[in-house]
Amino acid sequence: MAILVIAEHSNATLNGATLNTIAAAKQIAAGDIHVLIAGQNCTGAAEAAAKADSVSKVLVADHAAYAQQLSENIAPLVVELSKSNGYSHVLAPAGSNGKNFMPRIAALLDVDQISEIISVESSDTFKRPIYAGNAIATVQSSAPVKVITVRATGFDPVATEGGSATVEPVSLVQDAGLSRFVSEELATTDRPDLGAAKVVVSGGRGLQSGDNFKILYALADKLGAAVGASRAAVDAGFVPNDMQVGQTGKIVAPQLYIAVGISGAIQHLAGMKDSKIIVAINKDEEAPIFQVADYGLVGDLFELVPELEKSL
Amino acid sequence: MKVLVAVKRVVDYNVKVRVKPDNSGIDLANVKMSMNPFCEIAVEEAVRLKEKGIATEIVAVSVGPTAAQEQLRTALALGADRAILVDTTEELSALAIAKLLKAVVDKEQPQLVILGKQAIDSDNNQTGQMLAALCGFAQGTFASKVERDGDVLNVTREIDGGLQTVALNLPAVVTTDLRLNEPRYASLPNIMKAKKKPLDVVTPDALGVSTASTIKTLKVEAPAGRQAGIKVKSVAELVEKLKNEAKVI
Repeated sequence: MAILVIAEHSNATLNGATLNTIAAAKQIAAGDIHVLIAGQNCTGAAEAAAKADSVSKVLVADHAAYAQQLSENIAPLVVELSKSNGYSHVLAPAGSNGKNFMPRIAALLDVDQISEIISVESSDTFKRPIYAGNAIATVQSSAPVKVITVRATGFDPVATEGGSATVEPVSLVQDAGLSRFVSEELATTDRPDLGAAKVVVSGGRGLQSGDNFKILYALADKLGAAVGASRAAVDAGFVPNDMQVGQTGKIVAPQLYIAVGISGAIQHLAGMKDSKIIVAINKDEEAPIFQVADYGLVGDLFELVPELEKSL
Repeated sequence: MKVLVAVKRVVDYNVKVRVKPDNSGIDLANVKMSMNPFCEIAVEEAVRLKEKGIATEIVAVSVGPTAAQEQLRTALALGADRAILVDTTEELSALAIAKLLKAVVDKEQPQLVILGKQAIDSDNNQTGQMLAALCGFAQGTFASKVERDGDVLNVTREIDGGLQTVALNLPAVVTTDLRLNEPRYASLPNIMKAKKKPLDVVTPDALGVSTASTIKTLKVEAPAGRQAGIKVKSVAELVEKLKNEAKVI
C-alpha cells in the first residue's frame, strides 16, 4: 500500500507544509510514501523532497502545463497516477493550491474528500474541525482511495534531511486546455511565512489605519515574527488579504500569538486558538479575545505596543 | 448568458454552536438559520453581472430541507429570476451535492455557475471544484474579481502568497471569496415580489442521482477548552511572564 503526497512548492523550493503532510502520511500506514512534484523547472523542489525523511520515491512531472498548478491539468495527472500506482491515500497540504485541486481529483475518482484533517485515528478514520473550529468531527471513509487535505499545524514536520528517495520523471502530460494562467501579484516580505512562524503578531480594527501597522512590524522584527491580521483590518484596507488569520484565511498555531486591537470574533479564533501562548492587548476588557488569552493586557495599544517593543 | 447560483441554508454566522450531549452532531433546534455568507456573495455577483447586461437569467438552486425555500426566497428578493429546491432531509456529502447540482446544470445549461468557496458549517471547501470536475468545466476558485472578456472569463483568485489571475473557457464554475463584493440588502418591495417568483421543488430521485456516501461521521465533540488566562498590569510584567513562565521569548 503506497500513499501519494502532492507537494506544495514554488518550483525552486519545497514549502514547509509538505513536510507536515508527509508526517500525516507516516501516521496513516506503514508503507511507501511517494511525493509528486508537478511544476515547471522544478528540480530544486524535487531534490528537497528526495532528501526529506520517510519519502521513498519522488515523481517529477516537469512541464509548462503544470507551471502554475492549474487544477484542470493537475487533476487528470493525479487521477492517472493514482490508477496506475494503486494508491490507498492521496494527500496534499490544505493550502490554497491543495484546496483548489484536491476536490477536483476526488470527484474524478468518484470518492468523497476529507478536508483539513488535524489528526489520524487509523488508516480510515480522521479528525477534522467543523463550524469554524467550534466542534471536532471524527469521520470514517470507506472510499477505495482516500483523498485528504492536511492542516499543517496539526502535525509536526518530518526532517528535511536523512531521506534518499529515488527520483522518477513522469512523462505524462495532461493539458485540458480549459484554463490559462494570466498573471499573479505576490506579496513580498522578509518576515517568516505566516503559516510556519514560531511567533505571530496580529492587528485588527483597533490599529485604525494601514500606516499604524508599522508599530506591529517593529515589534515583529524584534521577535522574528510574522504579521497577521483580522478580517476587519483586511476589509478596511489596512493590509492585504493574504495576511488574514481565521476560518477563511490562514490557520496558524505558533508558540506565541500576540493579538493587538482584535476583539476575538468566532471566525478569527478559528484561525489561531491552537497557538501555544496567546497574548491579547486591547482597550476593551470585555473583548472575547481575553477569554482565550493566556496573558491579557488592557490598555491603549498605541502606548503599550511601542513600550513592549522597546523592552525586548 | 444564463447564470446558476447555488445557495446553502446554514447556522447563522454569529451563533455560538453547541455540540449535542450524545456527540451525534450539533444542536440545531431553535437556532437561527441564514444563507451561508459566501453564497450571499455569489448571489450578489450574479445580480451585478445581470445589471451589467452580461447575465440574462439567474437561477438560484439549493439542496436541502423544505425550509431552505426561505433562503431561495432571499435569493429571489436579491434579484434571482427563479429558483429550484432539491428537497432532501438527508445530510449529504459535498460529492453528492455536486452530483445533484450537475443534474441541474445538465437540465438548465448555464454558461456560468457561481457558488460560495465554503459553507461555514461543514467548512469543506469542495462542492464547486467537484461540480466543475463532473461537468468538465474550468474552475475559478476563491474569486475576488470576475470579468467577462468575450468567450473567456478572467478570474482573480486569492492564493496563499497574494493574487492570481486565470482565464477560463466558458462554461465555467466560479467560487466566491469574501473580497469579491459586498452583498446588498433585500428591500421590502423586492421581498414581496419574490413571493410571486417561480420556485420549483424536485427530489434527488427525480433527478436520477444516487446520494450514497463513502463518509460516515462517527462522533462530534467540543474542542478542548483553553484555560482562562490572567490579566497582567504592565508591559514589564507581560515580558517577565513570557520570558520566565511561558518561556516563549
